[in-house]
Amino acid sequence: MIFFDRVSKIYPDSSVALEEVTLSIEPKEFISIVGPSGAGKTTLLKLFLAEEAPTDGSVYYESVDVHSLGKKEINEFRRKVGMVFQDFRLLPNKTVYENIAFTMEAAGRTDEEIESDVPHVLELVDLSPKIWNFPRELSGGEKQRVAIARALVNEPSIIIADEPTGNLDPANTYDVVQILKKINDLGTTVILTTHNKGIIDSLNRRVVAMERGRIVRDDKSGKYFK
Amino acid sequence: MLWIKFKRILRTGFFNFWRDSTVSFASVLVMTVTLWVIALVSFSSAILDTTLAELRNKIDINVTFITSADEKDILDIKYTLESLPEVFLVTYVSRDEALTAFKERHSSDQPILSALDELGENPLGAVLNIKAKDPSQYASVAEFLGSNNVLSPKGITIIDRINYFQNKTAIDKIAGIITSADRLGLALTIFFATISVLIALNTIRLTIYIARDEISVMRLVGASTTYIQGPFVVVGVIYGVTAGLLTLLTLLPITYWLGSTTENFFIGFNIFSYYLRHFLEIAFIIMASGIFVGALSSVLAIRKYLKV
Repeated sequence: MIFFDRVSKIYPDSSVALEEVTLSIEPKEFISIVGPSGAGKTTLLKLFLAEEAPTDGSVYYESVDVHSLGKKEINEFRRKVGMVFQDFRLLPNKTVYENIAFTMEAAGRTDEEIESDVPHVLELVDLSPKIWNFPRELSGGEKQRVAIARALVNEPSIIIADEPTGNLDPANTYDVVQILKKINDLGTTVILTTHNKGIIDSLNRRVVAMERGRIVRDDKSGKYFK
Repeated sequence: MLWIKFKRILRTGFFNFWRDSTVSFASVLVMTVTLWVIALVSFSSAILDTTLAELRNKIDINVTFITSADEKDILDIKYTLESLPEVFLVTYVSRDEALTAFKERHSSDQPILSALDELGENPLGAVLNIKAKDPSQYASVAEFLGSNNVLSPKGITIIDRINYFQNKTAIDKIAGIITSADRLGLALTIFFATISVLIALNTIRLTIYIARDEISVMRLVGASTTYIQGPFVVVGVIYGVTAGLLTLLTLLPITYWLGSTTENFFIGFNIFSYYLRHFLEIAFIIMASGIFVGALSSVLAIRKYLKV
């Protein structure tokens, strides 16, 4: 489904973010990418989303090199991927409803679909009462659940969660991980990057460990190794 | 779908303008100052035009004929002058009219009037008053009059004197001032308009800079360029329209207040009556400038953040 073929990324200041990384991710997989800061986890995700171009190598999604796509095709491709960030990145001037509706509008969904799907997805993340609140009126955990709802609403085939629990307390961390597990159980591929050893150990799924731009370990039923 | 997209872009733009009220307020104020400068520039150019026209109007040359000149010969010269491309207007003042005007002018000067009575006959020659289309053209008109073109049929000159040669220095100086003032006016217009547009452009750039993270998120959820850019352009247009209305409204009391002052200072130019008389034209310039600057600034400013 996703294939990184000997991908390298070297920035203009000569710092090496990724070095000949080869990684394959199968449909419906739940994969955690772990490693210290600067290991190249976020760069790997940015290259997959075509936010940045690789210096060398190719990134494939369903046998198509994502960096060969035109602007319009990149937009269509990104609509198949749900993103969850550590800092939530909600649109501050939009209500919870509008934040989620925006993603659906961008995908060209009709007003009727939006009106029926947004409340439904908010129910899934248990946030229905906050539908008309602005992000500034929500706690960190609630913001992250809105971000997950936004990522889910277009029924993407992949969810990318980049350190989604980095700003959350243990109780909210547990909730977010449970939601991600549920999403994966329903058939969506989940790519999770994290520092949190507890999460990895509790998931008992595939773990890829990175260090200084390289993959140092790929464990099918992983534990977090230092 | 296109209509739905347009409707959504409009709605989002209006919401963004309303919800980000502090930034909107600041941007509208800056834009209002910009439009004020544009309005002032157009008023100044109108004042300059009126004043210069008035000055031009004051310049003329008088050709005085000898007292024995035949009226028919003078009128022939008048028709010849009127056919010249440089000449705007030629007015004939007969000897009698010249005498009446002279008497009126000196009605309180008894010695002159009695000296005139003693002469017994009209000592004044008829006069042709000539206005050229442009002050710089008086020289060629005077040259024409000095040539053989204006000899009577008998071949003698009937022109007594042409006051251009006495006033030449003053006429040249005024013509020079008018040309320089025209050029300076244009340069100042371009300068102030450019500066104010740049200020408005940078303010809108700042408001979009604040939203750069949002723009990158929109990109990552797969929103198209039009869909991201559209609401920002709508907000820019709303800034322009609001600032335009505010400018037109505030100009009313201020031009009213300045009206009589400008009338006394700039030879009959009342800024308030000018504003009312040219309201539609000024409103069009102000609104169009506001909308253009607002929309263009948004398009230019957002381009940088759409590269994700």
